[in-house]
Amino acid sequence: MESLLAPSFVSGLAALAAGGAVCPPGLLLPTAAVNFHSLLFFLFAALACGFALGVVISDNVVRMALYLVFSLAATAGLFFLSGAEFVGAMQLMIYVGGTLVLLVFGVMLTAQAPFIEIRASASDRTLAAVAGASLLGLLLTAALSVDAWNAPGAGVIPDPSATPLGMAMVGLRVDDPPANAPVAGRAGYLLPFEIVSVHLLVVLVGAAYLARAKRRRTPRPIEALASAVAPASPPAAAARSGSSSALVGGTR
Amino acid sequence: MNGLPCTAAILPLLAANPLTEPVGVIHYLVVGAVLFTAGIACMMLKRNALGVLMGIELVLNGANLNFVAFASPYLQAEGGMSLGLDGQMIALFVILLAAAEAAVALAITLNFYNNHATVDVDRADDLKG
Repeated sequence: MESLLAPSFVSGLAALAAGGAVCPPGLLLPTAAVNFHSLLFFLFAALACGFALGVVISDNVVRMALYLVFSLAATAGLFFLSGAEFVGAMQLMIYVGGTLVLLVFGVMLTAQAPFIEIRASASDRTLAAVAGASLLGLLLTAALSVDAWNAPGAGVIPDPSATPLGMAMVGLRVDDPPANAPVAGRAGYLLPFEIVSVHLLVVLVGAAYLARAKRRRTPRPIEALASAVAPASPPAAAARSGSSSALVGGTR
Repeated sequence: MNGLPCTAAILPLLAANPLTEPVGVIHYLVVGAVLFTAGIACMMLKRNALGVLMGIELVLNGANLNFVAFASPYLQAEGGMSLGLDGQMIALFVILLAAAEAAVALAITLNFYNNHATVDVDRADDLKG
């Protein structure tokens, strides 16, 4: 889709440079004003999809992590563009700032030379390409088959959503119900909020337990080095100063 | 659905200049489908356990994008019914649970790496009967 959009993209940018309204003679430029929301949407959509494909195609796990950071950050831009500014901020703070830093630490801790690049076999690649293409075709067909989703947006500017989201978290709904939606049965999210809180606590304890440092039977290399060096140090200290060497000799 | 209505539906989208038209839900659905498919392919293709984890993150993001798109009144067509705040709330919970899942999966991966000195998921076959 991106390649099909490219000519109109370029002409749209040219129209932007020409002032957007006036079409110079001899150039096939669109006369309508450029919708900046759409322009930014296509920019972020191309970034998100391109870096997601980069994650799939790349074999280097460090590059995959970097591409994933860019893809998720571009997705946060898409959230901002759809009016969900609080979700977009949380995407940046929790996903890009937290989860992916965790992933990068995992990459660094396991980045031994043979595991940086583990290539799948050619048959696996073919199978994944066929399955991915058919799945994409299925999803696009399903999405395009609903008429209500294919119409352009009405452009209703949404209210800021941080306060209603925070109030809904503690069980109070202060937002207006969406148009044509049934009003009855709107509930707050206090119980899911509590469940997620306990879930996060359990996950934190479980992750700390799983990743804890085991007690080692053999001394660590640095401890073995220290114990090997220690007997040699009192004569060296004795050569430097008498009082400290006497103290060391006395304690030993 | 066969392929013909799909082609007939996508042609008007490409005929109009996409930069002057307002975007709708379908644009977000297409991006979400691409992210979801990339994540599924990543989970199938990668032999590094962390690569599989990245595929899961991509899948969750594709689903999240759909939730946010359906929740947005800006993207809804005239007279359409948006999810309202509930869609954004579900997206928030998905983000939180993805963070928790990543923490546990990373702890398991590090444990596996400490015990087997590899992160290749094809070698995690100790439990086969």
